[in-house]
Amino acid sequence: MDTRELICIGCPMGCRMTVNMDKGQVHSVSGNTCKRGDAYARKEVTNPTRIVTSTVRVEGGVLPVVSVKTREDIPKGKIFACMEALAKVTVQAPVAIGDVVLPDAAGTGVDVVATKNVVEA
Amino acid sequence: MKYDVIIIGAGVSGCAIARELSRYQLKTAVLEKEEDVCCGTSKANSGIVHAGFDAAPGSLMAKLNVAGSRAMEALSKELDFSFRRNGSLVLMFDEADRPRLQELYERGLKNGVEGLRIIEREELKKMEPGVGPEALAALYAPTGGIVCPFGLTIALAENACTNGVAFYFDQKVTGMERQEDGWRMRTEEKTYETTIVVNAAGIYADLFHNMVSETKLHITPRRGDYCLLDRTTEGFVKHTVFQLPGKQGKGVLVTPTVHGNTLLGPTAIDIEDREGTNTTQAGLDELREKAARSMEGIPMNQVITSFAGLRAHEDGGEFIIGEPKDAPGFVDCAGIESPGLSSAPAIGKMVAELIADRLHPAANEKFCGTRRGILNPAVLPKEERARLIQQNPAYGAIVCRCEMVTEGEIIDAVTRPLGAKSLDGVKRRTRAGMGRCQSGFCSPKTMEIIARERGISMAEVTKSGGASRIICGTSKDNLQEEKE
Amino acid sequence: MKRYDIVIIGGGPAGLAAALAAREQGIHEVLILERDRELGGILNQCIHNGFGLHTFQEELTGPEYAARFIQRVKDARIEYQLSTMVLNISPEKIVTAMNREEGLFEIEAGAVVLAMGCRERSRGALNIPGYRPAGIFSAGTAQRLVNMEGCLPGREVVILGSGDIGLIMARRMTLEGAKVKVVAELMPYSGGLKRNIVQCLDDYGIPLKLSHTVVDIQGRERVEGVTIAQVGADRRPIPGTEEHYTCDTLLLSCGLIPENELSRELGVMISPVTAGPVVNESLETSIPGVFACGNVLHVHDLVDFVSQEAASAGAAAAEYVKQRPGEDAEVTLPVKGKGGVRYTVPSMIRPGRMQEEQVIRFRVGDVYRNQYISLYVGDERLIHRKRPVMAPGEMEELKVTREQLSGCPEGTELLVVIEDK
Repeated sequence: MDTRELICIGCPMGCRMTVNMDKGQVHSVSGNTCKRGDAYARKEVTNPTRIVTSTVRVEGGVLPVVSVKTREDIPKGKIFACMEALAKVTVQAPVAIGDVVLPDAAGTGVDVVATKNVVEA
Repeated sequence: MKYDVIIIGAGVSGCAIARELSRYQLKTAVLEKEEDVCCGTSKANSGIVHAGFDAAPGSLMAKLNVAGSRAMEALSKELDFSFRRNGSLVLMFDEADRPRLQELYERGLKNGVEGLRIIEREELKKMEPGVGPEALAALYAPTGGIVCPFGLTIALAENACTNGVAFYFDQKVTGMERQEDGWRMRTEEKTYETTIVVNAAGIYADLFHNMVSETKLHITPRRGDYCLLDRTTEGFVKHTVFQLPGKQGKGVLVTPTVHGNTLLGPTAIDIEDREGTNTTQAGLDELREKAARSMEGIPMNQVITSFAGLRAHEDGGEFIIGEPKDAPGFVDCAGIESPGLSSAPAIGKMVAELIADRLHPAANEKFCGTRRGILNPAVLPKEERARLIQQNPAYGAIVCRCEMVTEGEIIDAVTRPLGAKSLDGVKRRTRAGMGRCQSGFCSPKTMEIIARERGISMAEVTKSGGASRIICGTSKDNLQEEKE
Repeated sequence: MKRYDIVIIGGGPAGLAAALAAREQGIHEVLILERDRELGGILNQCIHNGFGLHTFQEELTGPEYAARFIQRVKDARIEYQLSTMVLNISPEKIVTAMNREEGLFEIEAGAVVLAMGCRERSRGALNIPGYRPAGIFSAGTAQRLVNMEGCLPGREVVILGSGDIGLIMARRMTLEGAKVKVVAELMPYSGGLKRNIVQCLDDYGIPLKLSHTVVDIQGRERVEGVTIAQVGADRRPIPGTEEHYTCDTLLLSCGLIPENELSRELGVMISPVTAGPVVNESLETSIPGVFACGNVLHVHDLVDFVSQEAASAGAAAAEYVKQRPGEDAEVTLPVKGKGGVRYTVPSMIRPGRMQEEQVIRFRVGDVYRNQYISLYVGDERLIHRKRPVMAPGEMEELKVTREQLSGCPEGTELLVVIEDK
């Protein structure tokens, strides 16, 4: 049996939680005060995911870069692969919120989309 | 090309000398190791025009201080920089010190300082209501003043430049050889020839002097820490408030600045490092403690920055101006510590006259002794300001919101003679970035303007020249390199 | 001179929400004056997600949150002027402003809403000793450079202050290719959200050193290193605990200060605790017809609450313009914090002017676990609520109804306190 120590992010309490794992499965969660902690712990130890936000270069726009995000969470382990893929992206103005700037980022099946409108210069 | 005169150092002394020399038909150049004028002692000091009661009667310091102070007002009008006679007070905290206060008063009389009076607590309290409870009496000098040290130095330099003096920056003099009729000077990349060298190298002046003379000088960098308070404290103190001087100089003062800030400082710590302009916790603590004795309730929560400056203290404690006996053609202007700023106009005259006596140059008939500073639209009447913005919309765009500096002023600062090349250069000329947010909001915009006006990229913009680049690259640039 | 019913100073989240609320109350002549080149304020550089859970029930990035409000402002045809700096507001509510196109101009306002936001505490204000080289940035300046200009301010970074901007920037710099070596925090606790500590620091193995501060900065041209040291209970460095970090960049995230220079010149009474205006239940300052909301009033952690607060201020400004006198308006009840409650907003309530329900926002001065938060009205304890944890970094709130306060005699004190039972 493995144990993982986690700090809950649900609220300012920051409960220190211990997750007991058995063959990759969550056996038990302790240290949490509420249900949200339990749910967070189970997700975090089995499939931690994050939204990634960054910028990509814009050509011909009023701003040199446009802010972007992964449309959904991607696996934590894919964050840097996603950044490396974004490093190669340049888009042409105009850009609108929701425009896909990078489809299927780093093989996650998740698109990276613009989060800001950038009009042409 | 051979110069008639080369001045080492573009501090206030070097620039004052350059400007005085530009009255003559002389080929003059200034070599400065930094990227701008006013980068050493001249940029980090109290900004005080001393009345002249400190120096020993008969000394060069005493003579030049009083003469410089007298000349300052007219000069501020000719060259358009900020100067105000706010009067100064030297506080006495202990009745036992009265003889020393009296001595200071008498010294002032001998030096020719006008209007000096010793005042007692009651009158002192009326003049400066926030004065500390221990202050029993004070020496009042109505001729004491405050000046913007950048304003003064930059004005002198710009005027010298327009009148024909060449300024070369990033030129650190590394060697000097006597020639048949003059000197050959080496910097890291160039060689310059000149008939006369003026040594106005501030903290480094002893090094140059000792290269050519057997009568050695020794300069100690004396560090002084300062705290600058926001302009919200304007009116907290009206006069420049000193304490009775001790061995290490004039002690900690509390003074308004010409721009409405309050300044505390300096401490006095002798160090070895000639570039040791770092503040220390001990220094800042000492400053706070000592200043609190002069003025009650200093709003320390309004501190917007602290900094340290180095005074060039020569062992003899006197200005050293003139040719060493064994080095004709080499003119020292060394040991220029306080009251160096106050004396600058007189130092400039004295050195220029000395050189004129040797070279007998003709007058520069094209010399123009006036200079217009960077236009501050905030001081214009509303209608004029509106007209200005109509003519040049850049004066309608505020870049620095704390000091309300417009894009027009920053463009002027960058594009005028000896214009600013860096954020600090812009700051010293316009005050953009000198306010309460300390350039947090305006620096990206100011960088953009510098880059555009000078035709460089954002990445090449520096804080103060050299390796002081603000940004290191572009986002994800190393992620690209690894993959490509 | 042009005249508007309501002039709003600042087009960030507070200004936008205030304008919309004023318009919803039927005020047509509303003008927003914004100093930057676009609406949205600081949200434009906050490109991370986590905004809008309360307002839109989804997680947006800063620019997306701003864009929704901007679209509504545009749809409502509310007037705004960009790149326009307000230079002065007179007690008669004449607003003097300036921009490139119109130069210097004056606007007569029926009511003014202050929504200028805040600024970061600078290195100078923190009085950190050392050299003054390039490479020292407030976290927000670095954020603007990275997120809006696409520049990298440094490659090896130390961050002082674990406020949310500092934490967010630790992650942003890391993702953009920099190495963040440590985050030092003067206090024994972080001022940032737990979520940010986990997702911005722990995810990337960045150490957080509590009770530590920067005691020296090295490097004459560019930062070459910093020294951090542990601090004692008095928050002074403990000799012998110094650790040296080589780095080219120091980011500072050490607190925000409401930007009330215009308010001060106008003569608005300022609270020494919040550094924002003293306001009543309508978020009206000591000058009638001048309202304040958002970070210029007190520094918030969540933009959702800024939008809510600003909507109240906008609505109250609309009421003021319509001049509908409240009943019983002369009764004023002071609101105060005690025992760990650092301040309250508002600091007075006139029951005759309040809405059905009034939010009292406040902050505590320390971390409190399993304590009660209580509201006393005179001697009576009106609210008594157990809170598992309260921290200085998280704004708290209580709600009180008009009914609960009706009939209170003039001067009855409303006291917000932390109690252990």
